Amino acid sequence: MKFTWFNLMPWPYLPDDFREKNRSVWVDIDQKLFDPEKSHEVYNTYMDLLEYAGGLGFDGIGVNEHHQNGYGIMPSPNIIAAGLARRTKDVGLVVLGNSIALYNPPVRVAEEFAMLDCISGGRLVAGFPVGTSMDTNYCYGQIPALTREKYLEAHELIMRAWHEREPFAFNGRYNKLRHVNIWPRPIQQPNPPIHIPGGGSVETYDFCIDNTYSYSYLSFTGYIRAKALMQGYWDRVADRNAPDTSPYRAGFAQTICVAETDDEAERLYAEHIDYFYNRCLHVYPGFADAPGYRTIKTIQTGALSQYAPPTGGFGQLSWKDLTEQGHVIAGSPETVRQRLEELIKGLHVGNIFCLMHVGNMPADKCMYSTKLFAEKVMPKLRNMFPEYADDDRFWCKPMAKRVTAGSLLSESQAALVAGE
Amino acid sequence: MELKTVQTHHVPVRYLEGGSGQPLVFLHGAGGTTAEDPFLAKLAESFHVYAPLIPGYGDSEEGPTIRDMLDFTLHSWDVVKALGLKDPILVGHSMGGMIAAEMAAIAPNDVSRLALICPAGLWLEDHPIADIFSTLPFEMPALLFHDAVAGAAQMTAGLALDDPAFLQAYLVTNARQLGMAGKILFPIPERGLAERLYRVSAKTILVWGDSDKLIPPVYAQAFKGMIAGAQLVSIPEAGHLVHWEKTDACVEAIKRLA
Repeated sequence: MKFTWFNLMPWPYLPDDFREKNRSVWVDIDQKLFDPEKSHEVYNTYMDLLEYAGGLGFDGIGVNEHHQNGYGIMPSPNIIAAGLARRTKDVGLVVLGNSIALYNPPVRVAEEFAMLDCISGGRLVAGFPVGTSMDTNYCYGQIPALTREKYLEAHELIMRAWHEREPFAFNGRYNKLRHVNIWPRPIQQPNPPIHIPGGGSVETYDFCIDNTYSYSYLSFTGYIRAKALMQGYWDRVADRNAPDTSPYRAGFAQTICVAETDDEAERLYAEHIDYFYNRCLHVYPGFADAPGYRTIKTIQTGALSQYAPPTGGFGQLSWKDLTEQGHVIAGSPETVRQRLEELIKGLHVGNIFCLMHVGNMPADKCMYSTKLFAEKVMPKLRNMFPEYADDDRFWCKPMAKRVTAGSLLSESQAALVAGE
Repeated sequence: MELKTVQTHHVPVRYLEGGSGQPLVFLHGAGGTTAEDPFLAKLAESFHVYAPLIPGYGDSEEGPTIRDMLDFTLHSWDVVKALGLKDPILVGHSMGGMIAAEMAAIAPNDVSRLALICPAGLWLEDHPIADIFSTLPFEMPALLFHDAVAGAAQMTAGLALDDPAFLQAYLVTNARQLGMAGKILFPIPERGLAERLYRVSAKTILVWGDSDKLIPPVYAQAFKGMIAGAQLVSIPEAGHLVHWEKTDACVEAIKRLA
C-alpha cells in the first residue's frame, strides 16, 4: 500500500454565514475574504504539517492545483512542492498535479517537474489532471469542448520533451515550437510515475490503462459512493485487456480523522468536518460542469459531476450521516482500520490519498490525528496486496545517495578549505 | 418545415426547409431551432427558408473538426453552396447573427442582403454580456425574454422536468449544443468581428428587442456604427428571443430586404 498525506489547503477563515451570503467558494469567491497577512501563517502551518507527515512514515505527501478556490489556496502546487523538497528527506512528493492544458507552453510542466525531481533526488510522483470545469473553463478560460484535445496535445509534448535526447520541432494545433529541448530533465527514467486524477470520464480510464498511469478518483463523498465509479474503471481495465489488475493502477482520496475513541473523534473533529462539507464545498452549480467539458459518452454513463451536491446539499448531513455514509472515515484507530480495509478491498486501490487536514482544523488536532494514523492504522494495512508488493510502476524511485539540503560548511570551515 | 440532410466537407448537415419565394438562409442562435419554430413558420409565408442546424444541434452529427470562428464561417459557406444557393438573404439570430456577420465580412461580394437579429460578436467593456454557460436553466427565462413568465412556460412546455431519463437527455443535448456554441462564445462571445465588420457591404437590417437583457440594445448602436448604412429596427416589449416574442414585427423588418 502507498499512503499519501494530502493537504488541500483550505482557507480556514470563511465566515459562519458564508453559505448564505456567497454563491460559490470557487471561481467568483469574494476577494475580501482572503487576508494576505493571515495567509502567511496559514501557508507556513500547512507546509509544516506536510513536512511533519513526511517524517512519520507516510509514503508520500501530496499537493494539488486549484484556482480562485476557498478550499484550495494552491494555484501553484509546484511552489509548495519545491519548499517540501528541501525540508523533507525520503518521502515521495506527490504533485497531483499540474493541469497541463493550462500551461503555455506545456513544456513549462516538463521543466518544473524535472526541477522538482532533480532537487528532491527522484522523489516526484507527477499528476496530470484534465482539471475541473471550475479551474479549467471558468477560471482559466479554456473552451470546454476543446479542453480534452488540448490536454492530449500537452501530454504528448511533455512526454516527448522528457524522452527525446535531441532538440525537436513540435507542430501542434495549440503549440507551435521550433526548438523543444528541456534543460534540466528528470532523474527518474524514462519519466516520473504518473497519476491521473479523474472524476469518471471514460476517456480518462482508457488513457490511464493505455499509458500505464494510475487512475486516481479524488472524491469528497467517500468510498461507499465511489464503488460504482471505481468498478467502471476496473471493468474497463478488463475490457481493454490490461496485462494485470494491480491495485496500484488506482488511487482514492478519502477524508480520515483518527482519535483514541470514536466519541473523541466526533468531539475533536466534527466542527472541522462541518466546516469543510458546509462551507468549503459550497460551489455554485452553474460552474460545476461547463457544457462540452465532459464528453457525451461520459454523460451517458450517468456519472454526474461530483461537484453537483447530493439532493438537499451537504449542509443537511450530520457527523453521523457523513461517517456512516462513508464521506468521512473517522473514529478510533480500530474503527478507521476496519473501514479503510473495507475501502481498500472494496475499491481495489493501492494508493490512498489521506485527506487528514480537514477544513479549518488547527495544527494540533491535525498532528494528533496524523500521528495516530501513522502509528496505529497505517502499519496494519501495509501488506494488503502481497502479490503486487513488487509493482513499482506507479511510485517514485529516488536516487540511492541523496544530499541533505542546508548542509553547507560553516563559514570558518569554508574559509579554511578555500584557503588551502 | 421539413427536416432534410445535405452533405458538406466536414459533416452531413441537417436543415429545415419550407415556404416559397426568395431564398433565405437562417442561422439559429445557441439555443438551436426545430421544425416547430414559430419564427421559421412565419418566415416561410414570405420566403423559401433554409435553416441549417449547426453540427451537434438537434439530431445532427457533431463537428469535431470545426473548432474556431473561421471554421464556423467557412463551414456555413460550405452549407450555402451545398444547398445550391447564390446570394441568399442571410439572416442570423444571436450566435447565428455572429456567424452571418462573419460570412458577410469574409465574402462581401457574395452577400447583398443581411439581417442580424441581436447578434453576438462584439464586446463592450462597460456592458459585459452575461455568461450563458454558467447560467442555470431556471435563470434563463429572465435573461432571454421580455416576459419571463410567459417565456418560462414556452421553454418548458411539454418537458418532464422531474424524469431522470429526460434530465439525462437534456444534459446530453446541452453538452452537444452548448459545447459546440462554446467554441465561439466561451468564455467571452467575441472573436475579433469588430476588426472585420468594415468589410460588410450588404444592405443590412439590425433587429433588436428593446428589453434584451442578454445582449443589451447598446450593442445595436455599436453594430450600426460599424456597418455602413445599416438600419436598426428596435422592437418594444421584446427580449433576446425577440423573434419568438414579436415574430410578426421581426419578419416585417426582414421583408425590407426583399
